[in-house]
Amino acid sequence: MGQQRITRAECVHVAALARLELTDEELDRFTGQLDELLDHVAEVEALDLEALAPTMHPLLFPNPLRPDTPGEVLNRDEVLDQAPYVEDGQFRVPPVLGEAP
Amino acid sequence: MSADLHDVPGLGTPADTEWETVVGLEVHAELATATKLFSASPNRFGGDPNTHIDPVSLGLPGSLPVINEEAVNLAIRVGLALNCQVQTSVFARKHYFYPDMPKNFQISQYDHPINVDGWLELPSGKRIGIERAHLEEDTGKTAHVGGGGRIHEAGYSLVDYNRAGVPLIEIVGGPDLRSAEEARQYVTELRAILVAVGASDGKMEEGSLRVDCNVSVRPEGTNRLGTRCEIKNVNSLRSMGRAIDYEARRQIDLLTSGQLVEQQTRHWNEDEGRTHALRSKEEDYDYRYFPEPDLLPLVISDHKVAQIQNELPPLPQDLRRNLAKAAPSVDADLIGLIVERGLYDLALAAFDQTSGNLRAIKRLRNHFAHDLAGGHGSLLAKALIDLVNMEEAGDLTATQAKKVLAVLVESGGSPQDAAQELGFEAMDTGELESLVDSLIAEHAEEWSRFCDGDGKLTGFFVGQVMRATQGRADGKVVTQLLNSRRG
Amino acid sequence: MTALEIATAVRSGKRSARSVVDEYLGAIAEGDDDIHAFNMVTAAEARTRADEIDGAVAAGQDPGPLAGVPVALKDNLCTRGVATTCSSRILEGWEPPYDAHVVEQLHNAGAVVVGKTNMDEFAMGSSTENSAFGPTRNPCDLSRVPGGSSGGSAAAVAAGFAPVALGSDTGGSIRQPAALCGVVGVKPTYGRVSRYGLVAFASSLDQIGPIATTVADAATVLDVIGFTDPRDQTNRLPDPKQVSDTLSDGVNGLRVGVLTELSGNGIAPDVAARLQVAVGALESAGADVAKVSVPSAIYGLSAYYVIAPAEASSNLARFDGVRYGLRVDGSSTSDMNTATRSVGFGDEVKRRIMIGTYALSAGYYDAYYGKAQKVRTLIINDFNRVWYGDKFDLLLSPTSPTTAFSLGARTADPMSMYMSDVCTVPVNLTGQAAMSVPYGVGDDGLPVGVQVMAPVQGEPVMFRAAKVLEDSL
Repeated sequence: MGQQRITRAECVHVAALARLELTDEELDRFTGQLDELLDHVAEVEALDLEALAPTMHPLLFPNPLRPDTPGEVLNRDEVLDQAPYVEDGQFRVPPVLGEAP
Repeated sequence: MSADLHDVPGLGTPADTEWETVVGLEVHAELATATKLFSASPNRFGGDPNTHIDPVSLGLPGSLPVINEEAVNLAIRVGLALNCQVQTSVFARKHYFYPDMPKNFQISQYDHPINVDGWLELPSGKRIGIERAHLEEDTGKTAHVGGGGRIHEAGYSLVDYNRAGVPLIEIVGGPDLRSAEEARQYVTELRAILVAVGASDGKMEEGSLRVDCNVSVRPEGTNRLGTRCEIKNVNSLRSMGRAIDYEARRQIDLLTSGQLVEQQTRHWNEDEGRTHALRSKEEDYDYRYFPEPDLLPLVISDHKVAQIQNELPPLPQDLRRNLAKAAPSVDADLIGLIVERGLYDLALAAFDQTSGNLRAIKRLRNHFAHDLAGGHGSLLAKALIDLVNMEEAGDLTATQAKKVLAVLVESGGSPQDAAQELGFEAMDTGELESLVDSLIAEHAEEWSRFCDGDGKLTGFFVGQVMRATQGRADGKVVTQLLNSRRG
Repeated sequence: MTALEIATAVRSGKRSARSVVDEYLGAIAEGDDDIHAFNMVTAAEARTRADEIDGAVAAGQDPGPLAGVPVALKDNLCTRGVATTCSSRILEGWEPPYDAHVVEQLHNAGAVVVGKTNMDEFAMGSSTENSAFGPTRNPCDLSRVPGGSSGGSAAAVAAGFAPVALGSDTGGSIRQPAALCGVVGVKPTYGRVSRYGLVAFASSLDQIGPIATTVADAATVLDVIGFTDPRDQTNRLPDPKQVSDTLSDGVNGLRVGVLTELSGNGIAPDVAARLQVAVGALESAGADVAKVSVPSAIYGLSAYYVIAPAEASSNLARFDGVRYGLRVDGSSTSDMNTATRSVGFGDEVKRRIMIGTYALSAGYYDAYYGKAQKVRTLIINDFNRVWYGDKFDLLLSPTSPTTAFSLGARTADPMSMYMSDVCTVPVNLTGQAAMSVPYGVGDDGLPVGVQVMAPVQGEPVMFRAAKVLEDSL
């Protein structure tokens, strides 16, 4: 294996972005495993990709749009029945720290 | 560090430096569709919480977005009205965790927005650049419970997803505005355009129009832009103006005292009249944009663009131009107001029928324009002219005329009929004279003070007359009677 | 009995749907404790549905081409009012308020859902060992894995718990377990089958497809589920052709290429040997078989293990403890989200979310995600040269480099597990169709699968070749 491609500190940062809390053992293990994968993935650096456009979708079709006609809505009780915590017809969550961006 | 500091416009300049405020606005407008951007539940304001939801707008596992054609059409209309290029666009996912965002990503447009490179012309004739106007979905709403509803002291929060998925157009203007007043003109004009093309109701109070302000300052005459701050939570034109003025002042104070402006997102606090930092650039979100794999690129044919362009209704700037041509004697401010209030058709017809007489329109502005923010309803130009003539002839008092006008706007018809139905017969002068005399006798003390020249007592007596006649008396005539009796 | 035989018997009134369903439910009750193909068996609902079908037949109606056919559904397909878990703690107990498109289509064709099958959590894995509810075992040898991620569906069909099943295939998740369990598995052209109601793993790669004991059964199921659905904007193939009609048209005159990059290095000799036998069978049936090179195919894994995790990290962001599924409390919403996700997701899912989040994060997008999408273009270009330049009709390779491996053999080393997908990921990147046909056994007596690959919309020809292979055994 060549140089380290992802550090433990970067893994800590990535976990926070993804809202995951990893134990020390998980962090050590994942750092090594991610590094190994990224090292394998680096094989594509040998390819000349300069002139190629990225593929976002495997196939491109004509894109028919949806007519602006109201359809069925979900039954609120059926939906809220699945929720972990409900109050007054709404989803209840612990305090939210900070505004939305 | 020190080399960099040379580049900061205005840092450490003397207190008497002339400063220029630079403002660029990002406006979010809810599009007036029947359904949401990516699903068929209704796009309707209010309603019981969580009743306008479907698997897509709730982000349920397995759900997939499908683009609403009308939202696309409205976005193109806005783009064309703002002189933009309409292009093939790509939806992208913008990631951040927030409970009112059901998928914890927002489907927006990133490096390929549907509209780019346009401009908006202010009534003054100045052009403001439009960098882009793109489609995206709205979030739900989070209500903070406990702690007086303040976010930091709340005990918990409740989430309603009725608004989630409502189509928005985000219009990003260039840093071309130079004052709070220009910013106000820009938003006013933009709102008029959105309403004119039928894209949005433009109601800032209901949150269907939302404005974020990018504010920076620099010494007059410099070309480089200063470090900007983004101001959020301005909920009215008035608070936007206050927030921009406050923020510019704050930045000038920092720079003149030798401190740097930090690039930040700041929150406008209406009650305290100040902004405070939400987060710095370093703390900014890593949104991890990437092309939305569930949606294909949105290709718009030239034919469709041409068709929408042809169907575009006249825009406020066109109306202003027409009106100025039809009625050259009217000043630009009044023309601006007429167009802004949706009184264009009425005004044009009134000019026509009175050979350019401005009385009718001035009446409208002076007495009624505020009530006609939503347009003139069933009111016809002829009825308006008749109404003004009746008022000037003394057949109706100002108060009565206002009530008649309300009827005409509501249900049309002639002012004569409406006045009769409301019981607004002009009062017999003799009847009025005897009423005034009896009131003078009743309020001898006030009358003597009035005769000694206490002008405030005029209002007292007119008020008494009005109360006794339930508003039927003409205030001007009453004043004349009072004066004639003082001798 | 095959699905077609069951449907024929039920439609003609020779056999009741109820007796068919009871028979299969009996087999599940007897055998699934050992195999653990199912997360949930919907016995009561299945019997009710079977009685409905019998009622329809009695009333002179035709319940459809899958009348009375028991079907097992991978547990990432939404079923209204029936738990859909993706074999994850985070979704345990979630009952969707709607049916997936394919579930509606099966229902309309007279099929009877008998249960939801085990899988690698959120379809991430190649052995069905990454299930929060324990692994599935290979019915051919209980010490071996059934492959994955649709291991429960493949095992259910191989064990005779259902004649047909649905799986999902993001990088081989239908074909590889089908190969390891000795059944037929189909990954249709991307966009042929609506993904509405499939809990997404990687949206630009996912496709639902059938698993069956015979090629004809697989064809019938594909024809039933492959209808255009306006709820999936990527489900827009122009005029998809039915595959059942031309199933027996043979391969005479077809040009078939053996894809050298996926058939030599790293392929177990006994597996390679079976591929050679298959080549002979196709030649005997009149096909023109030649070796063909798709040089970039070997880079498929590298592109796949960036693109799939990147999309997954985004698709799985919605599991946050707010609206459905598991919640682990915290003092703030942010803490609650983190606690829920940390407890609710298993090791492999966390690993892939980490990879994907990293690959999309500021400063790394171009190096990883952007580059992987260009590799994808390169692979598509290379395949298109073979299809449209060299005029090949089909390509062949093994489905899996080896036969079924032992439970636990690759769990400690993710890279070795990822290598299981080397033959299957390229067509997910290109959107092409491919299927695995069981073709005898390896030295260990375990099934070997041959992969038949076709260009976009090439299903009819692909099924013809699969039928020839099946008949040659």
